[in-house]
Amino acid sequence: MISCIIFCLLLISASTYFFINAKKIKRNILLGRKIKLNDNKNKRFKTMLLVAFGQQKMFAKPIPAILHFFLYSAFIITQIELLEIITDGITGHHRIFREALGGIYTFAVSFIEILSVLAFIGTIAFLARRNLLKIPRLTMNELNGWPKLDANLILIAEIVLICFIFMMNGADEVLYSRGLSHATNLNEGSLGFSISRHLGPMLYGNFPEGGLHVIERIGWWGHIIMVFGFLNYLPFSKHLHIVLGFPNTYYSNLKQKGEFTTLDSVTDVVAPNFDPAYVAKTNPNNAQRFGVKDVQDLTWKNLLDAYSCTECGRCTSACPQNITGKKLSPRKIMMDTRDRLTEVGNNIDANNGTFVEDGKSLLGDYITTEEIWACNTCNACVEACPININPLEIIVEMRRYLVMEESQNPSELTNMFSNLENNGAPWQFSPADRANWAKE
Amino acid sequence: MDNQQSSIINQQLKVPFMSELIAKGETPEILFWVGCSGSFDDRAKKITKAIVRILNHVNIKFAILGTEEGCTGDPAKRAGNEFLYQMQAMQNISVMNGYNVKKIVTGCPHCFNTIKNEYPALGGNYEVVHHTQLVQELINQGKLKVQGGEFKGKKIVFHDPCYLGRANNVYEAPREIIQKLDVELAEMKRSKANGLCCGAGGAQMFKEAEKGNKEVNVERAEEALALNPDVIAVGCPFCNTMMTDGVKHFNKEEKTKVLDVAELIATANDL
Ligand code: SF4
Ligand code: SF4
Repeated sequence: MISCIIFCLLLISASTYFFINAKKIKRNILLGRKIKLNDNKNKRFKTMLLVAFGQQKMFAKPIPAILHFFLYSAFIITQIELLEIITDGITGHHRIFREALGGIYTFAVSFIEILSVLAFIGTIAFLARRNLLKIPRLTMNELNGWPKLDANLILIAEIVLICFIFMMNGADEVLYSRGLSHATNLNEGSLGFSISRHLGPMLYGNFPEGGLHVIERIGWWGHIIMVFGFLNYLPFSKHLHIVLGFPNTYYSNLKQKGEFTTLDSVTDVVAPNFDPAYVAKTNPNNAQRFGVKDVQDLTWKNLLDAYSCTECGRCTSACPQNITGKKLSPRKIMMDTRDRLTEVGNNIDANNGTFVEDGKSLLGDYITTEEIWACNTCNACVEACPININPLEIIVEMRRYLVMEESQNPSELTNMFSNLENNGAPWQFSPADRANWAKE
Repeated sequence: MDNQQSSIINQQLKVPFMSELIAKGETPEILFWVGCSGSFDDRAKKITKAIVRILNHVNIKFAILGTEEGCTGDPAKRAGNEFLYQMQAMQNISVMNGYNVKKIVTGCPHCFNTIKNEYPALGGNYEVVHHTQLVQELINQGKLKVQGGEFKGKKIVFHDPCYLGRANNVYEAPREIIQKLDVELAEMKRSKANGLCCGAGGAQMFKEAEKGNKEVNVERAEEALALNPDVIAVGCPFCNTMMTDGVKHFNKEEKTKVLDVAELIATANDL
């Protein structure tokens, strides 16, 4: 009874704290500019199924894809077991679904156990890739500090969690075989769990009853406390992608990657020169700045991208400029965006719901113009991202701000612009000579 | 019409102008969008002529805009100058809509991408193909017969232009035509959707690179040259410049030529 109360208190506080932070994230995302992305629902759903659920783009790199798939499927399937743990916790039962589900139950837990072992292998391999093999995209300087710690923490937590699962199931198997388990006795020799049936007796075979109950409870409580902990760790971690990866792929850009957005506010200025009957598309009274200087100038999708980023670095390792030693790193663009957005969110929290100017901005204090001007707009980063994040859009929007609001661009580009304006070509040739090639 | 220009016909090329055809009451089947590079860059002019030779050979009724053509605005747009881009775009759109243009072939993937994907938002709706797609179409329709000629048996590697490949998912058209030449088509590790940029896109063509430890075109040329090809085939005048410089960087210009797919077709078939 007392344990039910403790459990319920834990459950309520863990969920409440999570919802408070989830709401903040939602609010932060909605600080972005409005865009409509609710067309073509079928295609969006299909994209989400393939890219997020089916992990389609991960398989461009098969080895990490398989390892990641172990963790991912274990994570998805374990949710079923979690349901039971929560029900047991509230009601004070032990393995409440077992009697009703019978063979299906045994199968489900066995399946979870096998996935847990695979996830265990995956986790060890990931730790090794990060810390021993030093895969370049996982050890770059931009990951120093929190990002590196974040990645390792979660991997270690995963290992601890899996250990708890096997403590719980293993000890229960031994108890059951001695007829001492609290699980309903269905008159088989064992609970029949694929791994614990063997692992339990190996580890705890000659433990006394009292010890076994303690181990089983440590496993059970450890498991659920890790889960609550993980839930509340998510909002501060790159692991938020396990939730946001789904909506983020749903709201993917469905157009050709080469199509950049058209600024209606610019069209409203330019079009009347060509068509006197042109009707403006934007309202001049709520004019926004051209391009992007700070996170509030980005669209909510850009901000959702930033929260979803897994920091995997696939984008950066495909970036021609990064490969050749330039400062530009599309992953850093996403990480900076998230960091600045978090800062803006904290500012709002500290000031009773309104943002108080802090003299900082995403462009300048986080992302430098050197990075912005290095981009080839080649879309390699967009193509590489396993959850369809678009760092390029942010880069181009910042160029727009620099050029159209600040007239700050590399001087060679000023020449290119003026050639374009005067000669209709980016070089200094006379437009009258445009067809001369045909005579030569 | 004061813009009217008259066909340029020299011993090899027949190049009609839009204004001239329209004045005669004729409608060309397709507008050939030459682009700035194809009009002014000495190396790219050769590609333009190769495309014209193909068009002349199959007797397709085409025209160019000549002095009425202006930059699509692509470099301005990628560099963040949306004003300049839209000025250019609307100017071009009003010319093309004035001529009631329906179909366009471009000699440059940047022009292709901009007209095809970005002009519609400003009122320019056309069917746009890249020249490699047009050639593929002509071959499939039996209008153009190609053979390997001097390239037969040679090793050719195709470098995907970002604005044809990733930006528009056109990967097969150029490869299909190259294979028609009876050559060995080699692939770099980074090809198709994973292709590496030549280094020109995003207005980098017009500025110095940022500080780093290598030029992008050198990185890409190195990858292509590792396959020891006779030809690096490209489909973009900017890639052509970048790859040519990259090959020179390694002093390999004797062994490995950088040629546009249109040049391969025109040369192999003595067009
Ligand atoms: S689009 Fe820009 S940031 Fe993205 S990979 Fe290409 S050069 Fe790098
Ligand atoms: S943007 Fe995508 S590819 Fe780049 S680090 Fe984030 S999740 Fe990985």
